[in-house]
Amino acid sequence: MKFHKTLHYEALPFENPLSLDRRCYQNLAQETRFFQPRASCPLPSSALPTREAISSPPREDTSDHWSGHLHQYAAHLTIINCCTISMEEGEGSTASKRGGGRLCFICNQRRPALKRPKTQEQICRECFYVVFEEEIHRVIMDNHLFKPGERIAVAASGGKDSTVLAYVLSELNRRHSYGLDLFLLSVDEGITGYRDDSLETVKRNEIQYGLPLKVVSYKDLYGWTMDEIVSVIGLKNNCTFCGVFRRQALDRGAALLKADKLVTGHNADDIAETVLLNILRGDIARLSRCTFIVTGEDGPIPRCKPFKYTYEKEINKYAYFKKLDYFSTECTYSPNAYRGFAREFIKDLERIRPQAILDIIRSGEDFRISTTTRMPEQGTCERCGYISSQKLCKACVLLEGLNRGLLKLGISRANGSRRHDVGHPKPEAKRPIIQNKPCGTLDF
Amino acid sequence: MHCKSLKNWDASKSQGLPVFGFGVAFVDESTIFPTPSNVASNIIEEISGIVSELGHALQELHIAPIETAFCKDLVDGQNCLRQLLDNITDASGKEDFVQYLRMLSLQKIAVDNKYTKVVLGSCTSKMAHQIISATVKGQGFALPADLQYVDTRQEIPVLLPLRDCNAQELGKLCFLDGLKTTQVFSWPPAGINGLVSSFIARLQDENPSRQRTIVRTAEKLKPFSFNKFTEGYYDFLPSIVRAKFQHVKHEEPEPKFLCPICGSPLSESEWKNVKNNNKCPSELEFFVSQCCRSCNFQILPKEKGKLELFYSLLPSSMTDRVEGKDCIGRRWLQEQIEEFLITDDIDET
Repeated sequence: MKFHKTLHYEALPFENPLSLDRRCYQNLAQETRFFQPRASCPLPSSALPTREAISSPPREDTSDHWSGHLHQYAAHLTIINCCTISMEEGEGSTASKRGGGRLCFICNQRRPALKRPKTQEQICRECFYVVFEEEIHRVIMDNHLFKPGERIAVAASGGKDSTVLAYVLSELNRRHSYGLDLFLLSVDEGITGYRDDSLETVKRNEIQYGLPLKVVSYKDLYGWTMDEIVSVIGLKNNCTFCGVFRRQALDRGAALLKADKLVTGHNADDIAETVLLNILRGDIARLSRCTFIVTGEDGPIPRCKPFKYTYEKEINKYAYFKKLDYFSTECTYSPNAYRGFAREFIKDLERIRPQAILDIIRSGEDFRISTTTRMPEQGTCERCGYISSQKLCKACVLLEGLNRGLLKLGISRANGSRRHDVGHPKPEAKRPIIQNKPCGTLDF
Repeated sequence: MHCKSLKNWDASKSQGLPVFGFGVAFVDESTIFPTPSNVASNIIEEISGIVSELGHALQELHIAPIETAFCKDLVDGQNCLRQLLDNITDASGKEDFVQYLRMLSLQKIAVDNKYTKVVLGSCTSKMAHQIISATVKGQGFALPADLQYVDTRQEIPVLLPLRDCNAQELGKLCFLDGLKTTQVFSWPPAGINGLVSSFIARLQDENPSRQRTIVRTAEKLKPFSFNKFTEGYYDFLPSIVRAKFQHVKHEEPEPKFLCPICGSPLSESEWKNVKNNNKCPSELEFFVSQCCRSCNFQILPKEKGKLELFYSLLPSSMTDRVEGKDCIGRRWLQEQIEEFLITDDIDET
């Protein structure tokens, strides 16, 4: 194995939410970086700062002055990042000879293995790993998601998002010395043929990544499995029960682990979808906070979304190339729930304009929502002590309904449900258009 | 509008609003759409017919080709327009750009004919489309600017009295009252705008009130200072009615900059970009820095040569909107001073 010094050309993500100034500044302190004008740069080269001037930032200058200096040229420069990549001797040259065609947009050495969904750049597998992990690292650093010594529970369902999250976090934690204690936290809803299989995957992940696993089950927490709930209430509103119970189960599991934070695998597509759904539902209060990277800071355990700017397609590709062990079957009780209109719409948008997903998130962040928008006042549930804006938390209300046979208790207006008779579930009926991701995957 | 304009009582139940005169303006976009000349003239004839049926209270029908936005002679204007559109590769960018030119043409008609307001027929369905479209283009910050009943960003204020009526209702009204309508030039569904249209149509099928819900969500966003008439404008109205029109708070600060192409207020991060480009020597660079992200992405060409050509062809009313460097410096300084000012809200104790 020999080491080659490779140039990494990184197209500057000027419109990227990873803010350029902080990103450049922090990287400049750690790595050798310099810049070259883009082909589209309308400025004469004399108007641009010299390479030396830009690549030698005043180390003591931690103010915005230097980053502002860089920012004014941002649209016209490409960052060239010098870093060392290990590869087989001669691999690069053989690849270019063999391919005879296009080379990776970033390293210009190897043949491209994929078109990056976010930027449409054709890049090789190795460079994809680097940019994918580096972006997540930047999100973590720029948003100060973690502090050294914190205990972090990774919500793990065994699906691709949570598997990639657990893998990448454990890698970054080691590489960048975050100093975190990572744990896997799974919820066993008690869905035969679905959760039992996916939990097996999480158990394998526990060994593969060396992360301790904690499983909390609905049966232990609430005395009911989802199979039992569905046998009583049918296939209507079952996702409401599952969603409410799981939210609380995750918090309870995290508390058992004495975790400081809970991280979930919500990706950019999920957040963009939530922004749209909140607009369609007229829910301004949720719209104002659905793009927060950390939520629940007033609750028992804050939740973080390190994949806030990571595209679902890139997570899929990463999991595929890295041959990660994940489980990919839809929930038995919520098949095809992905095909909501909003989800389809986002996929169509992405096809035409890949940037649209990030644009929706940015819109969500920039909406001028009045600070006087009324938020529910948080208290605690009289029965179980969980955070609640009402006398009893939603889970206790639903549980009471189940235990007393009052199946509609706590089920408010359900989409489209009024059209059908209660007690006669119609699994074949047209699903409501406005819906979220299925409960089986939403929180993980 | 015709009925309401005839009597004081109809114009305002409080009798506070005077009778107003009005005209009809039509922007002829046949240069953009490759339609046979007889089709274009038929459309114009039809519109003339519809307007003439409205009666004698009507002042005038103004028909102006869209190229009048360029303030050059028509042939020059046509060439400019064609070259500009050829340089926009994004389908939605092209459509949006034509919409901005349309507004410039309407403003020109209004100024030339001494009208004091421009009234648009944008309804709830159009607004819902605009909201989703702006959201997916990353224009969340500027979104409330285009949704209010009043918009005084332009020289002649723009009003949207039909904002709360949906297209189906308006269609029914036309049918019941025997009002004739006609199909004018329209873009084939393409790009982001086309996708949004089909999405909105599907939502409407699913729930007829969905469009209204979308508009209601956006209504809750904070409007800008230019979304109201100047202070004192409504003083002649009874105080109980006045409150309805002045819902935009006076203390709402002026947006720092408006994009010279689309007129959107720039968000904090965009404004930061303007500040950082303040020292750039080139006029073009300066112009580009003041354009919003969306226009930068979907309208401005990426190649340097094409960008220069594009800039040289833009109507002066767009390029003139660029704020001077002194002004940016002043705003910046003002912003820094404001950080250290003590406001009334701060408790002195």
